[in-house]
Amino acid sequence: MMNLLNQNLLTLILFSPVLGMLAVMLVPGEQKQLVRRVALVSSLITFALAIILWFGYDTSVDGFQFVEQAQWYTAISSSYHVGVDGISVPMILLTALLMPIGVLASFGIEDRVKSYMLLFLMLETGMLGVFMALDLIVFFLFWEIGLVPMYLLINIWGSPKGEREFLSGKKVPARQYASYKFFVYTLVGSLGLLLAIQILGVVAGSFDLVTLMQVWPGFDKEIFANFSTSSVRTVAFWAFVIAFAIKVPLWPFHTWLPDAHTEAPTAGSMILAGVLLKLGAYGFLRLVLPLFPAEAQAAAPVLAFLAMLAIVLGALSAYGQTDFKRLVAYSSVNHMGFVVLGIAAAAMVTGSNDPSMRLSGTIATTGVVLQMFNHGISAAAMFFLVGVVYDRAHTRNLDELGGGIWQLAPVYGGILIFSSMASLGLPGLSGFVSEFAIVRGSWPVFSTMTALSMIGLFFTGAYILKAIRQVLHGPINPEWSDHNMEISTREKIVVAPLIVLMLIIGIWPWWITFMINQTVTTLIG
Amino acid sequence: MVIMEMSEMLTWLVPAPPLISFFVIILFTSRHRSMSHLVALFAMGLSLLFSWIIVFNALSTDHFGEHPIASDVGWFPAGDTVLRMGVAVDPLTIVMLTFVPLACFLIILYSVGYSNFGKSRDQRDVSGSPPHHGVEPMYSRFFAFLSLFAGAMLVLTVADNLLLLFFGWEIMGLCSYLLIGFWYGRTYDDKFQITPSGAAVKAFMTTRLADVIMLIGIAYLYFEAGTLNFREIFFNEEIMKHLLESPSLIGGMAAAHLIGLLIFAGTVGKSAQFPLHVWLPDAMEGPTPVSAMIHAAAMVSAGVYMVIRMFPLLNSGGHGSPALTVMAFVGAFTALFAATIAVAQNDVKRVLAYSTISQLGYMIAALGIGAYVAAAFHLMTHAFFKALLFMGSGSIIHGVEHGMHHTNEKLDPQDMLNMGGLAKRMPTTYWTFVIGGFSLAGFPFVTAGFWSKDEILADAFAHGHWWVFVVLLISAFLTAFYTMRQISLTFLGDARTESAAKAHESNWTMTLPLVVLSFFAVFAGYVGVHMDFPVLGSMFGSNPFEHFVIGSLPHHISGFEFQWTPVIFSVVAGISGLLLGWLVYGRRPLAIGQQDPLVKVLGPLYGVFANKYYFDELYNVALVRPVKWISEVVAFKWIDRVLIDGTLHSFANLTMKIGSVAVWFEKWGIDYAPDKFGDGVRFSGQSFRVIQSGRVQDYLNITLSAVVVIGAILFVILR
Repeated sequence: MMNLLNQNLLTLILFSPVLGMLAVMLVPGEQKQLVRRVALVSSLITFALAIILWFGYDTSVDGFQFVEQAQWYTAISSSYHVGVDGISVPMILLTALLMPIGVLASFGIEDRVKSYMLLFLMLETGMLGVFMALDLIVFFLFWEIGLVPMYLLINIWGSPKGEREFLSGKKVPARQYASYKFFVYTLVGSLGLLLAIQILGVVAGSFDLVTLMQVWPGFDKEIFANFSTSSVRTVAFWAFVIAFAIKVPLWPFHTWLPDAHTEAPTAGSMILAGVLLKLGAYGFLRLVLPLFPAEAQAAAPVLAFLAMLAIVLGALSAYGQTDFKRLVAYSSVNHMGFVVLGIAAAAMVTGSNDPSMRLSGTIATTGVVLQMFNHGISAAAMFFLVGVVYDRAHTRNLDELGGGIWQLAPVYGGILIFSSMASLGLPGLSGFVSEFAIVRGSWPVFSTMTALSMIGLFFTGAYILKAIRQVLHGPINPEWSDHNMEISTREKIVVAPLIVLMLIIGIWPWWITFMINQTVTTLIG
Repeated sequence: MVIMEMSEMLTWLVPAPPLISFFVIILFTSRHRSMSHLVALFAMGLSLLFSWIIVFNALSTDHFGEHPIASDVGWFPAGDTVLRMGVAVDPLTIVMLTFVPLACFLIILYSVGYSNFGKSRDQRDVSGSPPHHGVEPMYSRFFAFLSLFAGAMLVLTVADNLLLLFFGWEIMGLCSYLLIGFWYGRTYDDKFQITPSGAAVKAFMTTRLADVIMLIGIAYLYFEAGTLNFREIFFNEEIMKHLLESPSLIGGMAAAHLIGLLIFAGTVGKSAQFPLHVWLPDAMEGPTPVSAMIHAAAMVSAGVYMVIRMFPLLNSGGHGSPALTVMAFVGAFTALFAATIAVAQNDVKRVLAYSTISQLGYMIAALGIGAYVAAAFHLMTHAFFKALLFMGSGSIIHGVEHGMHHTNEKLDPQDMLNMGGLAKRMPTTYWTFVIGGFSLAGFPFVTAGFWSKDEILADAFAHGHWWVFVVLLISAFLTAFYTMRQISLTFLGDARTESAAKAHESNWTMTLPLVVLSFFAVFAGYVGVHMDFPVLGSMFGSNPFEHFVIGSLPHHISGFEFQWTPVIFSVVAGISGLLLGWLVYGRRPLAIGQQDPLVKVLGPLYGVFANKYYFDELYNVALVRPVKWISEVVAFKWIDRVLIDGTLHSFANLTMKIGSVAVWFEKWGIDYAPDKFGDGVRFSGQSFRVIQSGRVQDYLNITLSAVVVIGAILFVILR
């Protein structure tokens, strides 16, 4: 039994949300509460399987584990090939953890609950697939699967109010604007991604990632009539980079993010910030670094520069917001900038002759994976907490909220400050560990960019404190004095696992970094 | 051996109780006031007990500095190496462990009375504002935050590496933010007056500015040294040599020196040195026990402790290393600069705030000229008398507020001009405050402050740092002067308001800590008297403090010969300052409505001092407002909305145009196309109508343009 489970664990994890979808479909749509519970149970089962995966993963072994391979699209020699290593396991755990939390956070949704939950579970399969895929076509397939439900979630269940005004003065409903921007933008990236995958597959004769990792970096054969290998490789590289940079999102491809995050329903924002952004960063680690080491090294300074801009301008823009949710959204640009900075540092020193530089690259990359995980939990918590206050006040405008909410909601206030501090990178909470590792790793490699990034780290504090001050501090806003602003028990359950994790990782990150470090050390060489 | 093992475990346990107490209070006892303060006091008491056991064990160990307590665990795997976290106790830590837990314990005890425990809840009071006369509405929360604060300081104290130290450092930053802004709901009629909430943000941001620079320093040190453990770095010749010989980014400067400067930046923020001193006076917006916590037991002491801890690195390459030179300059300048401001302050707590900045400047300057022992010594004595003074001022304010409650006067209970004559009303507070004040002023031979200050001056004199010596001497004079001014204005003469006349002594939980600290404010100095000082030097065992503390260093630093000249100067500065203060304010105390005589004497300079050299205004105009404008207008509107989104939208418009050309072509070129085609168009039109806006096509057309662009790139590259 155990053996059977272990042999098919990834497939089980991957398709358990699909089974959950089937179960949800069987429930009549009017029974909303039942629909919600079925979805919750389904996501909890996935989570339980992910925990089995976590403990089953053997850190003493290099390479991919829990590998499964089956024939799938033999005509183009693509196979259903999945497996995990120390980078993907934390991501799978993050996804599986945030899903039940997201479902529970969505219990307040009343409109078309069944469709909502179906899409939500579909999203989960899409994301999990990306983190497991060892075949480029499979990777691309799941990459695209995640796109559609999120588009619909924003478009249908997004915030009802709000308009986006163009420079020309024309106005459109904000959630439609946001969902299209998200969809089309990602699609543009996908187009390049598909193109690049095709090039790789056709030229190297395989879509299998494990094969490609060995063959492709040193590939040097006459390809098409007049094209040199290096130019083909360059094109493929940039197609990958742009696709992932849009998803991360890296400056200047980031403007879809504040719109999408702000307009999405609360749980949508949680998953969007918590997991979807990580797909881009994961793509860099899984595909770009191993397949294009030389190109990545050449482009690393550019990436580091853009990352610095994302960190600094993201933080400044967050500080300049009056919308609480948009402020949190911009904080993702800021935090994901550190992820790219670390990736750039790793790309720069991969295979370097200097062991101290390789060590820096390793620390940076471990920091990157941890930062992805940490940002996942802290951003989810922050978006959820914004949702809590929006749920009661029906406004996210900091000036309209007007402050004093700490008096009305002492527990909520405490939780908000706690999560904010994790997001701000306070030592003792999760965010600091990864940011420090990235700063430590990238400082010797890109000293100037790292130093400039500190401006962003400074303003992280500024925007976080601005938000806290305008929401919690000050005398009571009479507008809310007869509202029940306090966080409910269900909402406490939603946020509790997140803040516990923030604290545990912040105090003792060994248990998670150990796994990441094993894999990263072999990756950087 | 057994004792060592026990000490090891106890060291881990030193910071634990207050940290646990924080969570216990927050999660379980937040509704039970007496439970909350009992938990906090019990936890802090345990820490105190553990610390003092360690202290006594260490003091009874010969050559403790050569085999300190150390224990660590793996924390962050880095490739094949491991970043370890642990605790260590060496002589310098012992010094901290003698006064930090004690001061914290007394502050928590004091807070019981300060928060009006035992009184019933006043109906007018709301959370987030100071109580009128009843018990503090957020009583439990206050003790939780104080516990966390103390726990963080103890983490910093026992940390064996710079990163764990930084943990304590930053968590204290959070605590000071939470506690300065404890009365987060408070507002003032004068909208230019800073609110607690504003002061909290200011404190956090000012120190954060320094901390992000320090973070780079930590990362840099970790890279160059391969470890952050203090002892592994300082006691390893090879690493120290490597640090000194590696060139840094900045031309010609050794890595060790750049790291030293970066790390010192952290202290400039944390210990409120010029030019990042602006947050500390505003931190007075917090409840007074918090001020005592920040100014004496924790926070600012942490800044000085950290540079003392890092001294071997800062000092590498011998005297005159860039970091030390900068420290000597910044410290001495700050000492004088803050002292001049303190002279013209009327708020009883703000005088003390500036005096803290000034005294911290002393310590930094001392370290800058290599007076390692003197800096540590002054750190310890200052903690005692400054904690005493702050809690004394809290007692004063409490007394005046009590009077206000009876008279229903509306006045600022912290303004010294509203006081006077409190000596008779509050005798315990008066006498303890005088002891603390005289210790601060350096009253010769009987106060702790004299000995430590004298040690700094003597060291500067002996090693020929003339300008440091002179600057610090002038500051010493000013310190004595404003201290006497403060004592006279608050305690002497007759009450200048009804409320001051009706003030009464605080209860025992507030006065007991004052008495205990007075003891230390007098006697703590005798452990560090120069061994050649007549009579006193040999009476207390030939400067045991120096002999003990010096064991923390890998190489012994040179002491200095005893000389009479600096002692005489130091005595004269202290006495003459006190005397002048008494002549101006004490002999004929200010009457009601009388102007401060200093206004006339100093003329326009008084305004400059009183307004703190207009630094707040300068920073506001030069930094805060431009930054706001850059974030709101440049970063968000111009770059994101106009430049990036504008480009995207024009792409969309362009493809719209192309699309309409295609439509035109369709309409006129394929006029006679079969109906089915039209149906197809209509069908897609219907599908697209879901969006209700014309923008869909734009964005789908982006896809088209992307294909065009990518095609073009391909064409260019592959050609």
